[in-house]
Amino acid sequence: MVKFSDKTQVDFVIVGAGAAGGVMAKELSTAGFQVVVVEQGPYKREKDFKHDELQFKDIFNPPNIGQPALMNDHRRQPNTFRKTENEKAVQQPVVGYGQCVGGGTVHFTANYWRFHEIDFEERSRYGPIEGTGFSDWPIRYADLEPYYTKAEWELGVSGLAGASPFDPPRSKPYPLPPMPVKSSGVLAERGAKKLGWHAFPAPLAILSQPYHGRAACAHCGYCEWFGCEMGAKSSTMASVIPVAEQTGRCEIRPNCVTRRIETNERGWVTGAIYFDSAGHEHFQRAKAVVMCANGAETPRLLLLSKSKLFPQGLANSNGLVGKYLMFDTGSYAGGVFEYPLNEYKSIHVTRVIHDFYDSDPKRGFFGGGGMDARFDLYLIGFALWGLPPDVPTWGANFKKALHENFTRTMYIQAHTTALPVETNSISLDPDVKDAWGLPALRVTYKDHPDDVKNSYFFRDRAMELLDAAGAVKKWPLPIEDTVASVHLLGTCRMGDDPKTSVVDKFHRAHDVPNLFIVDGSSFVSSGRNQPTCTIQALAYRAADHLARSAKNGSLDSAG
Amino acid sequence: MDKPAATRRQFLIGSLTGASSVWLTSQWPSILAAHEHARRAAGSDGTAKFEFFSPEQAAEIEAMASQIIPTDDSPGAREAGVIYFIDRALSSFDRHQQSLYLQGLNDLPAKTRELFPNSGRFSELSSPQQIQVLTAIEKTPFFAYVRLHTIMGYLANPEYGGNHDQVGWKLIGFTDEHSFQPPFGYYDLNK
Repeated sequence: MVKFSDKTQVDFVIVGAGAAGGVMAKELSTAGFQVVVVEQGPYKREKDFKHDELQFKDIFNPPNIGQPALMNDHRRQPNTFRKTENEKAVQQPVVGYGQCVGGGTVHFTANYWRFHEIDFEERSRYGPIEGTGFSDWPIRYADLEPYYTKAEWELGVSGLAGASPFDPPRSKPYPLPPMPVKSSGVLAERGAKKLGWHAFPAPLAILSQPYHGRAACAHCGYCEWFGCEMGAKSSTMASVIPVAEQTGRCEIRPNCVTRRIETNERGWVTGAIYFDSAGHEHFQRAKAVVMCANGAETPRLLLLSKSKLFPQGLANSNGLVGKYLMFDTGSYAGGVFEYPLNEYKSIHVTRVIHDFYDSDPKRGFFGGGGMDARFDLYLIGFALWGLPPDVPTWGANFKKALHENFTRTMYIQAHTTALPVETNSISLDPDVKDAWGLPALRVTYKDHPDDVKNSYFFRDRAMELLDAAGAVKKWPLPIEDTVASVHLLGTCRMGDDPKTSVVDKFHRAHDVPNLFIVDGSSFVSSGRNQPTCTIQALAYRAADHLARSAKNGSLDSAG
Repeated sequence: MDKPAATRRQFLIGSLTGASSVWLTSQWPSILAAHEHARRAAGSDGTAKFEFFSPEQAAEIEAMASQIIPTDDSPGAREAGVIYFIDRALSSFDRHQQSLYLQGLNDLPAKTRELFPNSGRFSELSSPQQIQVLTAIEKTPFFAYVRLHTIMGYLANPEYGGNHDQVGWKLIGFTDEHSFQPPFGYYDLNK
């Protein structure tokens, strides 16, 4: 593997080796550029993963879903939270993200939904929504379609083209057939049919057959929140990052925490300053910097990179860096069935329902979403949270319920819209510091009322579906204020107008010619809160444009 | 003993309140230490020794665990060896909770005598009496922890010292395999 010296000015420094960073690294290095990827987390591979709920699904480190093994550790990187700007933020875990080579794609469910055409142009369709920055994207579905296809074929996605009547047009089918249906999928299909809805095979970034030298899924069941021991989950760690490294032009630097993007007197970025695992500071010089640190850490790092030329933080002349944060919203309902489903086997989701994807003004609020049938608790988590609410929490009847329900339970999860509200934001906490002495990430977040109404709407649909599927028992999970999230979107939004957006439609910062921001922070709207597919399609598109413009000399005055 | 339904947030990503918040201190390197501890604690004659508890303390905690997951026609917390899991947890990755346990063990006799003035130790009460005492303390952090540890010790990988002979997995209906093939359940078999 290639090792660059800090003193070498490489072409690109990429901050973050996750969903977007892995794709950017592969695309730019195969295009002939020298790339250094600085990643906060460790470099773990298949051999490092294990069926062990205590190690990997550390459900006890809330609301970080866990695992300092694969996710951010709030003890060394604390968050603070407040609902409104006039409150003092309180220290608590708020954002959860993959912190390892591969980022969130190592542990995600691997739901791989494309956006629909409507996601890019909802503001035009429905008009303004009070209290929000509801906007169209500067691109349309057709602009992104070739890159959705590229992502599916390069990374390895299983699914069935044309199975959903609501799917947007596609230029190519999925490279792999859908995953085998589970009992939860059969039941969702049964219920949907009865209600006149359409359940279709879930598109998943998991291999149903061997692909590009990688093994197919063995249905072991340790999937979401875990790293795949087979390499069958199409994380960037398992798929494109090895390709990047094989070019001999890409170095992945794990366990390195970036603290600042440096700029010169002309207002161009010159590289990234980071701490290595021993705490020593380095400066990696580069002709350009690509921020792929996720929708929370990217804006934090820009705000930390203040300078004389950028007194409000890098790329933040209009003050919008960190604003319009959109969290994952939705709702849940549980159901118990007569016979065993054995949902602990195999992957978590095999059927999806998009009948309520679009918003409908008749409902009286803005909002849409999708539902899936799933079981993504493990044993201990199930015993703590998975039982119906009327079951005792200890004693003989608790034990009886564990015995009777574990194999017979499934849940319907709705993934729904979050509106972009300007005051929902990432900022720097004035008091709390992280383990490196840097200001902690502060979150200000209050749900838009429509998001809450929409969550209730979807919870009702989930209950209907369980009923139609024949659940012998069903229950809704309470809907509460959103105070934590693992989908981090919208904080450096994309747009044509430098006054109202942070990056242009090719992800270049309006303020800085050689700074690119490619991750969930570029999102203008939340879609239906299954963002990874779109994050990666955007990365392919950004990389394509960036490689061409760099070859044409656009970065030549850097340095 | 009823609880409110788990909220979506608890369900998704763990709770900010209740039993799980006390786990903020748990961490992966120290869980590794628990494996080590489990190996050391297993005596050469096949019996395990306690590292944290005295035998008397262990008897009280085990009696509590046995009410949380009782033994009936199938093995409970006692047969799973949950007490060894808890001892190991308190000696390794959850040593921060030692004082909570010690305080709880201190308060337990008082509560026992309050409800049953002429009784001896909690572990010597009849089962209905034990349930009455635990119902009286079920909102305390001490009980929440013992419950959490009991569930973990019953269902975690046996290498952590509990779930002896996989009795927890057998009860819940879980098989640990590295590979399954469809059909996985009744409904995908009978489509």
